[in-house]
Amino acid sequence: MLNFSKTKILSIYLIFLFVSIFSISNFFDLNKIFFNKKINLGLDLQGGSYLLLEVDSSSIEKRRLQSKVVPLKKKLNDSSIEFKNFIISEKNIKFNLQKKDLEKFEIFFEDRKGNDINNYLDQYNSFELEHKIVNNQINIYLSKYGVIKLRTAAVDQSIEIVRRRIDEIGTKEPSILKRGSSRILVELPGVKDPERIKELLGKTAELSFRLITEEAGEFGSEKFLLQGTQEEITASKRIILSGENLIDAQPKYDNFNNEPIVAFSLDRLGSQRFGRTTSKNIGKRIAIILDNEAISAPVIRDAITGGNGTISGNFTFQGATDLALLLRSGALPTPLTVVEERTVGPDLGKDSIEAGVVSLIVGFLLVIVFMIFKYRSFGVIANFSLISNLLMLVGILTLLEATLTLPGIAGIILTVGMAVDANVLIFERIKEELAKENSNIQAFDLGFKRSIVTILDANITTLIASVILFIFGSGPVKGFAVTLSIGLITTLFSAYFISRHLTSMVVFKNKEKKITI
Amino acid sequence: MKKKYNFESRFKLANTASILLVIGSLLLIFFKGLNFGIDFKGGTLIELRVDSSNVGISDVRSSFSNMNLGDINVKEFGKKGDYLIKFEKKTFNGDSNIRTIKENVKNTLQAEVNFRRVENVGPKVSEELLSSGLLAISLALGAMLFYIWVRFEWQFSVGSILAIFHDVLITIGLFSLLSLEINLSIVAAVLTIVGYSMNDTVVIYDRIRENLSKFSSVKIGEISNISINETLSRTIITSLTTLLALTSIFVLGGEILRGFALAMIIGVIIGTYSSIFVASPILKYFNVSFKTIAKEKENL
Repeated sequence: MLNFSKTKILSIYLIFLFVSIFSISNFFDLNKIFFNKKINLGLDLQGGSYLLLEVDSSSIEKRRLQSKVVPLKKKLNDSSIEFKNFIISEKNIKFNLQKKDLEKFEIFFEDRKGNDINNYLDQYNSFELEHKIVNNQINIYLSKYGVIKLRTAAVDQSIEIVRRRIDEIGTKEPSILKRGSSRILVELPGVKDPERIKELLGKTAELSFRLITEEAGEFGSEKFLLQGTQEEITASKRIILSGENLIDAQPKYDNFNNEPIVAFSLDRLGSQRFGRTTSKNIGKRIAIILDNEAISAPVIRDAITGGNGTISGNFTFQGATDLALLLRSGALPTPLTVVEERTVGPDLGKDSIEAGVVSLIVGFLLVIVFMIFKYRSFGVIANFSLISNLLMLVGILTLLEATLTLPGIAGIILTVGMAVDANVLIFERIKEELAKENSNIQAFDLGFKRSIVTILDANITTLIASVILFIFGSGPVKGFAVTLSIGLITTLFSAYFISRHLTSMVVFKNKEKKITI
Repeated sequence: MKKKYNFESRFKLANTASILLVIGSLLLIFFKGLNFGIDFKGGTLIELRVDSSNVGISDVRSSFSNMNLGDINVKEFGKKGDYLIKFEKKTFNGDSNIRTIKENVKNTLQAEVNFRRVENVGPKVSEELLSSGLLAISLALGAMLFYIWVRFEWQFSVGSILAIFHDVLITIGLFSLLSLEINLSIVAAVLTIVGYSMNDTVVIYDRIRENLSKFSSVKIGEISNISINETLSRTIITSLTTLLALTSIFVLGGEILRGFALAMIIGVIIGTYSSIFVASPILKYFNVSFKTIAKEKENL
């Protein structure tokens, strides 16, 4: 165990140097000379805001099911299938058929090719819709995979919109990630007060322009209370323009009364449609509806054909700025709710990191002094091995761009404990062997051989646990598991190679003398 | 050879004490209950600093009390002027949001208030955090037991799991007794205790296994005693150094790490005790002998 070839020694210290060199950039500013990565500090240490948003897909599911109604009725009529008692609810479409038509219905409903009502989802080997037949009543609902597909699309789309909105606000280095099947994790370093961001993310910002009509027409109409007034207006359900037709929106002051307004520009299709509608309906009123609230209902005075317009609605300038931002970044498919929020102010982060680092250094110094006191020159070896262990740990954390959190600092402290334990195990074992053996070399050799089994068993058991924590744990548990897992590996390396090599040097030098530990 | 202590003769007494402590902890956990933090219960936590000498804890409490936030808990947190406020309200909608709460508090206190930390955990998330925490602990335990079973024998597995349950139950019992808060970082601490206790147990078990094959005619009780004595100085030195580092976090690491450090300190002491007085006697009760491990030796 104590014999090292020259190449072995060289490779041990090369590995040590290679790994620990990456830790340097954390202590000195290298000005990008060779390597400028640093360990990322978690939000608990640098301050910032953590928001977990949930996408509620039930409204999308409902809308999707409703969108099937018109084509379904049409298809039934075209296939001359008679249906009765057509009911649409939140999650089901139900209707009655005559017995003879059941088979006919199933043939088109479960057609895999060119079925424009019930899409066949190749990637899941499933249809979008499923149906049950009880007493000639057909009950249609979204299949499991139909829901998954809708939800995935809604989350992906929401992430895109959330990213655009946050980029527009201009926070530094936001991180926006998908969490599970229906959540979005937003981390905003440096954000002290996330209220405005929460407000902006909480709105879907679905904008529509509709004519105000008295008669219902073929699309039907809806009643709204006009914002800031007591007036009730009836708007057609037919949408002339929606937020999708907007290519830009900016806050401005109105030239006449100096009120804040939002000026928008439309795409080609939108300008054509807006021009046509406004020229045909001069004198009528048009309602501007945002998230099911009528924000204003101006009278059309002229045909607007240039593709530019404004929205007024008793805004403050901040309100107009926010609305313009929301319109520019597009509508969310469904509202997002904040299900978890953690915000740490910058001064608390600073306090935490100072306290964490101070306690780490003090704890570390206590251990170092104790080891020298207990083991003298071998204590120096243990301490060298301990420091190289920590340098490698920091180096690997830097290389992996890991995030250091407060529990992560606790993980480092436990690593210090485990590393000291490894050295103590070795020294105590050697002590025992020295008492029995005559030859120093023999005693050291046996001591290492036997203690290493224990060290491996102890570290591997802990490593297994901490890897599992990393995979299944969340938040602080994960931060703790990262530093501990890496720390256990560097501990094994430094105990098995560095401590052993340094000890062997001392032993060979003092072959004949009596060695006391 | 150094002085040899007779641990074996104390096994019975120690085991009785352990059983009583575990039963006591279970009773505390079931009847007194645990003080779950917002991570597991849902709710809102606000840490604030007031820059005024004439604002006291009762002013802070009353500034929150007229806002319909459910059960409110206010305590001083570290330095003078730092307060930690927890309340039941989990979800915010419409006009009642964290911003209005902050403004209300500023207005009632008539002082500069620095909101250092705001955490809000919804009911769904808190349930998930609890179940994922428990899942992580169970899986970590299971994996460690499997490793011990593969490396040693099933009797050792049982011994180490009993030792771990002993440590975790007594630590949680103490948390219940002292009404200390259980939050996500305490879960991390409990897991560390599990790791530490397992580490300690493995060191002694390793020695027991070695001595079983060395002195095949000696009874397991005596073997345990020899092994505990042989590893005793290591056990003490390692516990001492770990406690040194932990005490440093407890004293200097700041309010947030304090609970974590305390759980760890308790755990390290109990974990060290349990490897000697719980894990080792169990091998004796199972009557583990040279033959138990001989089977494994043939395979090696």
